[in-house]
Amino acid sequence: MRLTGAQAVIKALEIEGVEYIFGYPGAAICPFYDALLDSGIKHILTRNEQGAVHAASGYARVTGKVGVCVATSGPGATNLITGIATAYMDSIPVVAITGQVSSELIGKDVFQEADITGATAPFCKNNYLVKKVQNLPRIMKEAFHIAGTGRPGPVLIDIPVDVQMKDFNFEYPETVDIRGYKPTYKGHALQIRKIAEAIGKAKAPVICAGGGIINANASGELVELAERCRIPVATTFMGIGSMPSRHELNLGMLGSHGVYPANYAVHNADLVIILGARVGDRAMGTARKIAEKAKIVHIDIDPAEIGKNIEATIPVVGDVRLILKDLLDIVAKGNVDKWNEAIQKIKREHPLKSGQESGQNWVKPQYLLTLLSEMTAEDDIITTEVGQNQIWAANYYNVRKPRTFISSGGMGTMGYGLPSSVGAKIGSQGQRVITVGGDGSFQMSMQELGTIKQYKLGIKMIIFNNSRLGMVRELQKKQYRGRYSQVFLDENPDFVKLVQAYGFKGERITVNSEVRGALERMLADDTPYLLECMVDPEEPTL
Amino acid sequence: MAKHTLSVLVENHAGVLSRVAGLFSRRGFNIDSLAVGVTENPDISRITIVVDGDDYTVEQVSKQLNKLIDVIKIKQLDRSESVSRELALIKVNATTTTRSEIIQIVEIFRAKIVDVSKTTLTIEISGGSDKVAALEDMLKQFGIKEIVRTGMIAIERGNRHIKANNDNEE
Repeated sequence: MRLTGAQAVIKALEIEGVEYIFGYPGAAICPFYDALLDSGIKHILTRNEQGAVHAASGYARVTGKVGVCVATSGPGATNLITGIATAYMDSIPVVAITGQVSSELIGKDVFQEADITGATAPFCKNNYLVKKVQNLPRIMKEAFHIAGTGRPGPVLIDIPVDVQMKDFNFEYPETVDIRGYKPTYKGHALQIRKIAEAIGKAKAPVICAGGGIINANASGELVELAERCRIPVATTFMGIGSMPSRHELNLGMLGSHGVYPANYAVHNADLVIILGARVGDRAMGTARKIAEKAKIVHIDIDPAEIGKNIEATIPVVGDVRLILKDLLDIVAKGNVDKWNEAIQKIKREHPLKSGQESGQNWVKPQYLLTLLSEMTAEDDIITTEVGQNQIWAANYYNVRKPRTFISSGGMGTMGYGLPSSVGAKIGSQGQRVITVGGDGSFQMSMQELGTIKQYKLGIKMIIFNNSRLGMVRELQKKQYRGRYSQVFLDENPDFVKLVQAYGFKGERITVNSEVRGALERMLADDTPYLLECMVDPEEPTL
Repeated sequence: MAKHTLSVLVENHAGVLSRVAGLFSRRGFNIDSLAVGVTENPDISRITIVVDGDDYTVEQVSKQLNKLIDVIKIKQLDRSESVSRELALIKVNATTTTRSEIIQIVEIFRAKIVDVSKTTLTIEISGGSDKVAALEDMLKQFGIKEIVRTGMIAIERGNRHIKANNDNEE
């Protein structure tokens, strides 16, 4: 079949089963956009390329499929970088397609030229500059394979405009064979047996469940292991949703922004089973101390994570779901009843805040999120921005299913919540999507309100407005002797009027007693809605 | 800290070297030297990297390199089980009175004179880093004008070799 390069890209997307792409056109990607007109693929025009990549990432997280975004050369491509880095840190499968200036002009600093493969190399699982149109089918096939398998991640394909226009004989490869890329899926049987023995002997085991559980669709196996062997579970931030938040064995999030029971268990265990987690500083900043006390089992698909931040007693490389399946065939419960009693006691002694105290002057985020959890369904999706709002949502919202809590973990990208909710809404099967943000982070991507309007996406937006960059303010209070520097947002716009300009409904509430009614109104239908909640500027994160 | 030699087979594409070099800088690894050239298979290049670091660092370097899609295989070479060489070109001041002394030194080191002028001699030496350093040291007294050195390259002794498409080395 004779196709142009641009048509070949579209054809490859169709063969890969892509239904939606997120993007923003420009001169160097025009052949692609022209070919798109003859395809059934639906394109979502965002208001900034960064919105497109975040939306693709939100889409990928909700669906488990590879998210696709498109941008033009130069500034279009560079606007993707933050989103690519965000996807890389959180191991999210994204394919980014960028236009590039004409091949013969590369390196001449022509209009809208940027070396995007060079610029994104540190944050991409792989990237390509397509020099020959004949290589396009192979590259497209490889890109989807690399993005979606092993430890997922973003892959960028940069296509010069002349390559998009050249025609050639298109044939899509059926298989991929990349000699430098052969992920290990099956875990080592002997190591798995060692884990079973360690669990059988352990008196105080704990599981640390990370984002790998969600990527590997291993939640069922995780819950089965925890329940059968009575092992309490602490989740990392990325692991939220891997086990229902209110499951009796779920101790909540661990780490510097986590909760006491989770941290207590990890620091007092004799066996720490790390599943699909990279032992990041925010989750296990005290890795060495933990390893001194406990045997460490570390299961991850990325061999480079084993031994990077913690020395593992029993390391296993592979797909966590397959490994847990093998483990479940042979594992038996240890003598852990005393430990479980102690942990449950700690959990009772350190409950989450109700957020009802002093709620007569402000809206308490803890109260609102607890109440929201009661009013939403288990399939409803929450996305968050970054800052205090993110930690409140992580600790107080009841996440019941994997792929329903979408947030930038590793990179901590402000401005992620709103555009990722665009992708989440499109990827969801009609589920409700609620995005939680702060007044600071909401303003980093609020141009995407235009996207929400254009595609009639019934996204519910909750803003915790404390007129501050709250988390930085708190840091300055604690570590910089209260010398507050550039954290004041007292001249915020009227957020309700702002969304009214887009034709959305909205309302502002100032005290706890208004919360229930406001949430009921917000959740009454499937149209965009903004709920601005006035929060005490002094409200602590934890 | 100890020096470790890594022999890395990579796809012979544009951009691979920058990926490898970039990885070192962004992960904070120190490279002592890096030498790259095509192998017996024109699709594959071999990069020989000398890394300065402890075992943890070298393990991390290997694992992170392995994550690059263009990296096909990595092997850490044992110093005693491999032959390593580097090449240097040294331009040294030479007068009628010093020239013969320099030639004598060059002969002792089994180096070669590759260029001569009225005031200089250019010497080619290949060998282990110690040998190159020793010659450099001997030539200092005459005044070295310029030195160009390659990175170290290394190959395993005996019939062992690293193959790209076979997981088991022979």
